[in-house]
Order: sequence, then structure tokens, then C-alpha cells
Amino acid sequence: MDIVQLRQRHYIDFMKSMHIENYLDDQFTQLQKLADESSPDFVYEVVTLFFQDSEKLIDNLSKALEQPVVDFSQVANHAHQFKGSSSSIGAHRVKNQCVKFRAYCEENNLEGCLNCLQELQQEYIVLKSKFEYLFELEQEILKNGGTIPTMD
Amino acid sequence: MMNMGRNGVVSNRRWKSESGIDLCPSDSVVEAHVLAVDDSLIDRKVIERLLKTTSCKVTAVDSGMRALQYLGLVDDQRSSVVDGLKVDLIITDYCMPGMTGYELLKKIKESSTFKETPVVIMSSENVLTRIDRCLEEGAEDFILKPVKLSDVKRLKNYISKDDRSNGRESGVNKRKERDGCDLSSESQSPPLSRSPSSESSSSSLSSSSQSLPFISPSTSLSPSEPLDLLSTPSSPSGPLDCATPSSPSPEPYGPLDSPTRRLKMTVPDQLGSTS
Repeated sequence: MDIVQLRQRHYIDFMKSMHIENYLDDQFTQLQKLADESSPDFVYEVVTLFFQDSEKLIDNLSKALEQPVVDFSQVANHAHQFKGSSSSIGAHRVKNQCVKFRAYCEENNLEGCLNCLQELQQEYIVLKSKFEYLFELEQEILKNGGTIPTMD
Repeated sequence: MMNMGRNGVVSNRRWKSESGIDLCPSDSVVEAHVLAVDDSLIDRKVIERLLKTTSCKVTAVDSGMRALQYLGLVDDQRSSVVDGLKVDLIITDYCMPGMTGYELLKKIKESSTFKETPVVIMSSENVLTRIDRCLEEGAEDFILKPVKLSDVKRLKNYISKDDRSNGRESGVNKRKERDGCDLSSESQSPPLSRSPSSESSSSSLSSSSQSLPFISPSTSLSPSEPLDLLSTPSSPSGPLDCATPSSPSPEPYGPLDSPTRRLKMTVPDQLGSTS
């Protein structure tokens, strides 16, 4: 098996595992279907946007929770936005964390929110590193003249 | 003149056109133009891509206000720039800071120029009261986020092929219509039955339109003043008041269903989506 085939196989396995472990859900597969010759980097662009957006939201969430008097509706707004963006790209685990987050907001539960924020950050970091790995794999495949396998 | 190209069966723009399944009808010269409204950059990018995949031209804006500006519905923004602007469908997020999708929907439906343009609402929350409110206000459909390709394919049903290729007038912002009291001359019947000469009877206040329960009575008054669409006090809404999760209800709808499909569509969907 040559290097391209190896990488392709690895790519498929890695992508599958991301789905099985619920890092990604069906919505991500939807997005992959939207990339074509006119927009080959669509997924990469959206995911990159998601990173930027997420980091901003996590920052907003931290700041909002650091306030002497926490405005839980504002915190909930940020969590809602985060839930929306993660849901739109199929970032399943991150989305679920956001749902939990909002539940804590409704209860005005500061400790719950803080713990949730930590978990959310963790989920996000793991997801981001997985994506970075995936994109590296893609580059390797393309560099060696192969095509990115499409996932069904 | 507007009868040209009209087939005997299609009398309602909501009916699926015969090419409902054919997303890129070869004889359609004009692409549908969709205005997408969403405050989330990611969602805008996704909906734009989804729509372009189904051969639509897309204009994406980040707020209800910008949408109104684009449509030339903001008082001091009226200019010749928006003359002849053709928008075949407006798709908007419900939850947005400032002006919600619902408020935007109302303003569009109150306008003389775009009230015939189909408006679709998107939301991540499956709240029945919200859905009902939007439908009552004239929304064509309500799509649950995240938006999928099957959802967007379904939207094509609201853009009749005949309308596009015949250069229909609903959704076309004509400067003439914005001056004077032309509101009553707008028929509530589907665009195909409207003739260009209807605009010339703009001075008549007597209603020639079929009356529908939710036409705002204020639109038929004030013949000399432009309709001020921004002064209507909307229900007080916080930055994202609509974000409160009221029902963590499971989504009972499959990919081909929308909450409204079963209400509105009498023709079974033939699109075999695999999503």
C-alpha cells in the first residue's frame, strides 16, 4: 500500500471514529456534501470560522461569569449562540455541552455554569485538535497526489 | 400579458411546480434570488452554500434592519438603487438581536412591495407557539436548524419556476409602487394573475384586493405618507429573548417534514432525500 492509500485509509478511520465518538454528527456529513469544484475548501472555511467564533464565545462566557453580579440571561445568550454554531457544523459534543450550559443558566446556578464552562472548553479544545489533525491528513493526501475520500 | 406561460394547473404559487424535483431546470434562464438573514456568520455561510448548491443567487445579511435596508423598506433609504430589485424568497433566522425574524416577517408582509414574497423562518427551537405565530403572520414555512440540503430543496417549492422565467412582479421593488397609495391595487391572488397595468390604478383607495384576515388595517390608510415601517413598536425583546429554551422537546419531524409541511402541502413530497 502506498503512502496515499495509507493516509486515505487513516483518514476514513479517523473520520469514522469522530462520528462514533459523537464529536461529529450527521450535520457535518451534510456540509461535506456541499463542497464541490467551485467551493473545494468550504468545510475548511466553515470550520475555521467556527474556531474563531468559538474562541470569542468562550471568552465572552468567561467574562460574563466573572462579573461581580452575573447576568445569567447574557450568559444564556452566549451559550445559545454557541449552541447554534456548533449545531450548524455538526459539532455534537460541543453542542450538548451548550445545552447543559443553558440549563444551568436557567437555574442561575453559577457553580454549575463554571463547571460547564470548563467542560465546554475541554470539548472544544479536543475537537479543534482533531480537526487540525484531519486537515493535516488532507493536506498530506493532496500533496501526494491523492484525493480526499468521501464519507457516506 | 401575464397569462403568458401560465399553465392551467398552477394557479397557486405554493403548488410545487412541475419541475419541483428538477433543481436546475434547463429552460429556466433566471436564477432565483434569495435573501438570507441571520446574525450568525457561520449560519450565513452554511445557508449561502446550501442555496448556491441548488442554483440560487444569494444575498446574505446579518440583521433584520439590514434586510429592510436592502429591500428598500427603510424610510430614509429609499433610493433608485433598489429599483427593479427582485427577491424571490426571504429566509430568516428567528432569534436575532434587535429585530427578530418574526418582526422582520411582519414588516415584510406590511410592505406593499414585498408582501407577496415568500418568507421562511429558521429556528433552532421547535416551539409550536412560535411556529404558529409565524405562519399566522404569513410565513410560508418554518425550518428547524441545523438547516440541511433537504430543507433547502423544499424551499424551491415556494419559488414557482413560472414566476421567475416570466419576470413576475411580486418581490420586485418598483419605485412607482412606493409612492402614493397603491396598496389596495395589490391583489392577494398569486403573482401570475397580476398584470402590469394594476400599478396605474394606484390612486384608488377602494380595495380591489381579496381581503385576508391578517392584512394590517393601517396599510390602507395614509394615502400621502409613505408607510413608516419602523415606527411600529414591536413587543419588547431583549438581546436574544427568544433564546430561552421552553421545550426540550424531541423533534418529531424527520428530514423531509417540517412543522408546516403537513399543513400546507397537499402534494406528497417526491424528493427522496437521504439525509
